[in-house]
Amino acid sequence: MSSDTTDCSIDSAKQALLDKVAPATLKDQNLVTNNREFSWVTNKICKIVESNTPNWWWVCMAVALVTASFTLMGLIWLVSTGVGVWGLANPINWGWAIVNFVFWIGIGHAGTLISAILCLLKQGWRTSINRAAEAMTIFAVVCAGIFPLFHVGRVWFAWWLFPLPNANLIWPQFRSPLEWDVFAVSTYGTVSVLFWYMGMIPDLGILRDRAVQRLTAGIYEETSKLRESIARGTDVFRKYFYGVLAMGWRNAGNHWRNYEMAYLLLAGLSTPLVLSVHTIVSFDFAVAVLPGWHTTIFPPFFVAGAIFSGFGMVLTLMLPLRALYGLHDLITQRHIDNMCKICLGTGSIVGYAYIMEFFIAWYGANPYESFAFINRAFGQYSWAYYIMFSCNVFTPQLFWFKKVRQNAALVWIMSILINVGMWFERFVITVTSLANDFLPSSWGYYSPTIVDIFTFAGTFGLFSTLFLMFLRFLPLMPIGEIKFIMPQADPHGHSDDDGKESE
Amino acid sequence: MSEEIYGIVASFKDTPSLYHAAEKVRDAGFNHWDTYSSFPIHGMPEAQGQKRSKVPIFTFAGGVTGLTLGTTMVWYMNAFDYPLIVGGYPFFSPVFPFPIMYELTILLAAFGTLGGMFIMNLLPQHYNPLFNCAKFLEVSDDRLMIAIEAKDGQFDPVATKQFLESIGGFDIEEVTA
Repeated sequence: MSSDTTDCSIDSAKQALLDKVAPATLKDQNLVTNNREFSWVTNKICKIVESNTPNWWWVCMAVALVTASFTLMGLIWLVSTGVGVWGLANPINWGWAIVNFVFWIGIGHAGTLISAILCLLKQGWRTSINRAAEAMTIFAVVCAGIFPLFHVGRVWFAWWLFPLPNANLIWPQFRSPLEWDVFAVSTYGTVSVLFWYMGMIPDLGILRDRAVQRLTAGIYEETSKLRESIARGTDVFRKYFYGVLAMGWRNAGNHWRNYEMAYLLLAGLSTPLVLSVHTIVSFDFAVAVLPGWHTTIFPPFFVAGAIFSGFGMVLTLMLPLRALYGLHDLITQRHIDNMCKICLGTGSIVGYAYIMEFFIAWYGANPYESFAFINRAFGQYSWAYYIMFSCNVFTPQLFWFKKVRQNAALVWIMSILINVGMWFERFVITVTSLANDFLPSSWGYYSPTIVDIFTFAGTFGLFSTLFLMFLRFLPLMPIGEIKFIMPQADPHGHSDDDGKESE
Repeated sequence: MSEEIYGIVASFKDTPSLYHAAEKVRDAGFNHWDTYSSFPIHGMPEAQGQKRSKVPIFTFAGGVTGLTLGTTMVWYMNAFDYPLIVGGYPFFSPVFPFPIMYELTILLAAFGTLGGMFIMNLLPQHYNPLFNCAKFLEVSDDRLMIAIEAKDGQFDPVATKQFLESIGGFDIEEVTA
């Protein structure tokens, strides 16, 4: 009893002290700033699709299409001549094609991390960047798929990769990691599309309802009769286009109940999926008995690198969009801070892996393994190694500083450096081990040809084309999910802090 | 029966009032009714007296199918139908087909989940009388609604209207089928 009273007295003394110093209660910054209403969110996001196409969009689309034609030219050249037009030559039989494949697949991983893993971790800030990041995933997988598909040379035999008997009734050989890759990447692409589409159904319903409302009201304040009928015609198209895609969604409580459950399950399925995809991609290397490839560190190292490069790409895409569409209330400084911190975390894991590879090469006392790593840093490809190391290890360390994270232009430049660095990482891993293997008499030096360069450069155009189409036709952000994290959506009354985050 | 009634809709001013109104409709014992909002509301299934969603059953069925399919497919192709000798590896083992089994489990479980969501929500549905109501379309923006359907045993055109009004509803309208 006496101890109780002492506690009380300490408490009251503490209370008096607390009252005197008046400590600030630290609140997280709201995820939707400026106390916006629900209708503001609906209008802001729907207007991106509904308003007239901005001029910058046409300029970007033209540039993207011209760039994308490079890939087409490269592929026509390849198919009509043969894989010899790529810079592959003994002993380097894996060049830019696999580098580009791993690069693009890695970029996709941030989208799934945001939509699945951050959903399971109840990170409310994922909502406003999640849709665009998932779109990025799908388009990155499309770009990635081109390379393994066409590196087979006679692309019309690519169906041999799928479990169908070929002309001699021989099935695919499932003991090869390359065959695992076929299943991992095609499953990844398919599940990403399913997840993306399901998340969009309520928003497609919103766009459908808005088109119907405009058509019923019949108010089109256009300058001429022609413009008016074009606007009306577009809305008729929208009514059917979004109507079919929304599948009759009507925002019912019962719909949301099943939808939320399905969303959670898809997030739970995508999480092991995304980790498995880059693990299997790393098996392409790790299963081979080549110094520099044959290491157990590869799966976690590849997954961390993939998320690192993917967040780099999300920043590269979202920062200009935020400025162009004035989305500062939805993609706040807190979102940018969080993305920068994930880049910092994963970038540090990547840097740790680089150093650990060196340590194990020395500690393992295998002369071939030690040579492979000394050769990476000081051999004929040391220039690529230094680009990789400085971009991937030093760049993200700047994100420790708040001043850096608050400078959007600087963050954007750094996000591009991250992607450059991550492309070079795959180049270093693939090429150095192949160019200088066990027999010095068979060493070589790999250089890409103009066809390699064209095909790769063009995939950025293809990616941008697809992304620009997404901006114009589909809702950029999940409207329902953003409303869910706003204080007004709390069924137990408003609260100023966003309690949803910590639930 | 030229003007058949589908149901009665009522709007509510904010999320807490919709939530509490839903609890009252549930306690009044209605069966054919639903809430409408453009975002999911935390705890609403309980307030509506709904049970846990059955979507996981479809996910599980899809996953089991995928696992079985992956395992039997690799065994049939590489060990039974056309055994190929590759590097002295066994024709079948649970180890090397694991990535295939794993990916197919996830793939079919994902299809099961999406399909389950559609089946449990009775979608796709090309027509619903509620879409005839202009105010209902505003749910897509920021309106919050409850609709009680005429096929409910307790439904009565006058009494149900009064009930919805008593629990805080406004803009009460009949929706024709």
